[in-house]
Amino acid sequence: MEIRLEHLTKKFPNRDRKSGWRAKRRSKNSGGKAENANLRGNSDASADLHNDSNSDIPQDVVAVNDFTFTIPDGKLIGLLGPSGCGKSTTLNLISGLLAPTSGRIFFGDDDVTELPPEMRGIGLVFQNYALYPHLTVRQNIMFPLENRKGKDRLSKEQMLSMADEAACLVQIDKLMERRPGELSGGQQQRVAIARALVKQPRVLLLDEPLSNLDARLRLQTRDEIRRIQRETGITTVFVTHDQDEAMSISDLIVVMKEGVVQQIGKPQEVYDSPANLFVAKFLGTPPINVFEGQVRGGKLYIGEDAVLDAGCVTARNEKTAEVPVGGFARKSEGKSAENSAGGETAGVPDRDVWVGIRPEGFLLREDGPFCCELNGVEVMGRDISVLSKNKASVNPVVRSIIGTENKVDTSSPVVRFALRPEKVFLFDRSSEERL
Amino acid sequence: MNMARGRFDKVKGWLYLLPTILFLGAFLVYPLIDVFIYSFEEGYNFTSQTYFGVGIYNYSYVLHDPYFLQAVINTFILVIITVPVSTGLALLISVALHSITRFRNLLQTIYFLPYVTNTLAVGLVFMILFKKTAYSDGLINQLINLFGGNSVDFIDGPYWAKMLVLCIYTIWVVMPFKILILTGALASVNEDYYKAARVDGTSKFRIFRKITLPMISPMIFYLVITGFIGAFKAYSDVVALFGTDLNAAGMNTIVGYVYDMLYGDSGGYPSYASAAAIILFVIILTITVINLMVSRKSVHY
Amino acid sequence: MDTSVDYKKAEASARVRGRVLGAVKGVFLALWALIVLFPFYWMVLTSVKSYSQYSSESVPKLYTLSPTFQNYTSAFTEVPLARYLANTLIFAVGTTLIMLVVITLAAFAFARLEFRGKNAVFVFFLSLMMIPNELVIITNFVTITNLNLRNTFAGLILPSVTSVFYIYLLKENFEQIPDSLYYAAKVDGTSDFRYLWKVMLPISKPTMTTIVILKVIECWNSYVWPRLITDDQNYYLVSNGIQEIRENGFGRENIPAMMAAVVVISVPLIVLFLIFRKQIMAGVSRGGLKQ
Repeated sequence: MEIRLEHLTKKFPNRDRKSGWRAKRRSKNSGGKAENANLRGNSDASADLHNDSNSDIPQDVVAVNDFTFTIPDGKLIGLLGPSGCGKSTTLNLISGLLAPTSGRIFFGDDDVTELPPEMRGIGLVFQNYALYPHLTVRQNIMFPLENRKGKDRLSKEQMLSMADEAACLVQIDKLMERRPGELSGGQQQRVAIARALVKQPRVLLLDEPLSNLDARLRLQTRDEIRRIQRETGITTVFVTHDQDEAMSISDLIVVMKEGVVQQIGKPQEVYDSPANLFVAKFLGTPPINVFEGQVRGGKLYIGEDAVLDAGCVTARNEKTAEVPVGGFARKSEGKSAENSAGGETAGVPDRDVWVGIRPEGFLLREDGPFCCELNGVEVMGRDISVLSKNKASVNPVVRSIIGTENKVDTSSPVVRFALRPEKVFLFDRSSEERL
Repeated sequence: MNMARGRFDKVKGWLYLLPTILFLGAFLVYPLIDVFIYSFEEGYNFTSQTYFGVGIYNYSYVLHDPYFLQAVINTFILVIITVPVSTGLALLISVALHSITRFRNLLQTIYFLPYVTNTLAVGLVFMILFKKTAYSDGLINQLINLFGGNSVDFIDGPYWAKMLVLCIYTIWVVMPFKILILTGALASVNEDYYKAARVDGTSKFRIFRKITLPMISPMIFYLVITGFIGAFKAYSDVVALFGTDLNAAGMNTIVGYVYDMLYGDSGGYPSYASAAAIILFVIILTITVINLMVSRKSVHY
Repeated sequence: MDTSVDYKKAEASARVRGRVLGAVKGVFLALWALIVLFPFYWMVLTSVKSYSQYSSESVPKLYTLSPTFQNYTSAFTEVPLARYLANTLIFAVGTTLIMLVVITLAAFAFARLEFRGKNAVFVFFLSLMMIPNELVIITNFVTITNLNLRNTFAGLILPSVTSVFYIYLLKENFEQIPDSLYYAAKVDGTSDFRYLWKVMLPISKPTMTTIVILKVIECWNSYVWPRLITDDQNYYLVSNGIQEIRENGFGRENIPAMMAAVVVISVPLIVLFLIFRKQIMAGVSRGGLKQ
């Protein structure tokens, strides 16, 4: 099922938020830590935005601002952003738990904007799983089916077999008689997915599905979600603040910030060609190194070092940048394309820029143009991380990653790098848009 | 979250509240207003439901009624004796209870028993323990005799004897709640304070006065306030000891006076009852406000 | 050298002081336990003495070697004790059941539903907790009398089927259930009522149990309202019954029989308490202001 969002906007009246969210604090039904995390997860969009605008004047908080895009049928989409960016709100708008302030939502050709959540045919998995603690796994999975009334009513046998089927899909068929309290976090997660899948939803929505799991389980469950999604072919949207998670399993990622979509694309493409400084900084571990730089006479300067020809690092020279991919069209103001519409030549007007260099964009060269003060070296098995300092760097430490075949002379006070142009991005100093 | 659904939700909340609103309105809000009206309707006749004037005569009548004055004196004596004694005793017991580990659960259970017993029923037991009859002076008098005292009829005898039994029974009845609250308060004081004080060589008494007492002082004041309120409303334990004709026994309380005015041998005067109830309410309110003012000054928290 | 002697002395004196204090504490606690328990012992003891035995003891004995259950028989045959017990049971069960329905709906509305004026109503409800029963009982008496509901169970039950405090307690409990459970249920098409019935109530069972027990205790011990509203023995509850027995029962001062009745009345609550000790004590310490 294709999901289409058109000019979707959600504003929260500030006053309401205040009293509304404060009331929901404690929980004793599951572990305290997990619970807190959940409340944040569910409410981070509005709650954090509310904190941002802590004025006395009750002001509307825009959690999702003019959101337009299409989620292609059968794909797995990751909504990615820091807490408070509106990603959970977007998910809740798709689910129908929240009503949009304006804009429309389509599932295929059906306008579901006014449809209550239970009529939309969605499966929703919560961060804390939201399993009913007093019911067994089987009863939990059957719960949605028992709600059906009238002609949709199912016989007991039908419900049991559907529950079994869903349980097999997520491989918890051995645990059917247990209660949620007797299951591990990973198992609970599977039950939650089974409960969402049992009613054969048109769309599966996952709200921070992995954040309550420990690191090892997270990797495992991540692959599991990918497998289940492939097997069922259900259009799936999931929300996360963890870029690794989003990058590793999504067909497409949507990067959001303060209610505004920053970029949409295949994970690798977004990484390779970030639309703006925020996206560049948000994706990638270790994070991108940012420097103050200038373009002078077609050359890119960081400090006094002319590190590269400016022309070879602007977005329009990349093959991939022109076409944001994958059957969807972005209707918000085009960024890279328009900005660079000026010329096809290598000539870039002189200006101040932000220079973003991925850690893997550094090459250790005796005669490299880029000179930094050497701070130290961390050997991490697979590769070496060189820590250095540069006056123009925004971060206190410049972190570069080089292969282990390189030898760093730690006695030398400086280190010199050459740069790989495809790992260097230029951003406008004020708009922070990609050049 | 505001759901994407229709108007019905806004009405639904009220629908769920409807039974509560109806019951509270009929049996709590309306009576509250009504009792003030009654108290100013002079000469209200219960059977014909008529009255001939509006004024403060009901209050004046009640305040000049010797039975009412006796009830006020009784109630005040009861309050002044039982509240400090029961609170202090409960504090001692709780502190002792808190410092032991063996039998603590057992003792806590035993101490709580009076809370779950029928006041009227157990009052009867107290009565026979203290009562002097034709064939026996009762167990308590035997004890008094043992120590060389003379028998006293605590139930039908002199005023001070009756008051003494009443106070003893009242304390016996209110102790469970106080012990429960105070042991809870003591348990919630962080042990680290005690450890720190012990290491500093603070004496036990000083620890109690300087650490424990201030820490649990909000709960003590809570008990004093609720104790005052409860004692001012004393009634069923008095009935248990002295029977329903409290005026004759000279042991009536303000609440007892209200009920007697309303119903019973001297009953049928809801106006007088209302006036007396409002006087009681004003007394309780005044005492509570004074208590709160004192507690605000002395609870450093 | 000097210091080591001091230590020994200090140690010894501390030990002595500790022991003395411990002994004083022990005696004190035991004494209070005795004072609490003695009336219970005395009522049981007296109830198994025969009338003649009791009357002949001018110095009451602290034990009896010839217990009799005759008094229990007379308690059930000579006065309508069974009737009182049955009435109290009907009253307690009726009141508690109706109250559960009423307060559950209200607590759900406060905890889960959004509607205009919710907070204002809730604050108003809380303020009602401060109204003493003595103030409203007068009008309630008149209301019930005018409705011709004296000497009926309806008249007994109706005024006490709501409790703001229990609504508050249950609302707090409902609010601890994570929101996500509700949203999960919503997405699956669960109606509010089914969610309340199938999810919230089962999860809140411990609190519901506490409320039920506290209410039953309250009903079992209630005296004033039943006394006002009933003058027909057929509707007496145990408290009024025991008062009736004391003033007119058994034809003579049959203390042992009276004590048998007292035991019969007290035992159900004590048993209930021993079973649900933890819930009752926790519940009372949270809201003992009532009563």
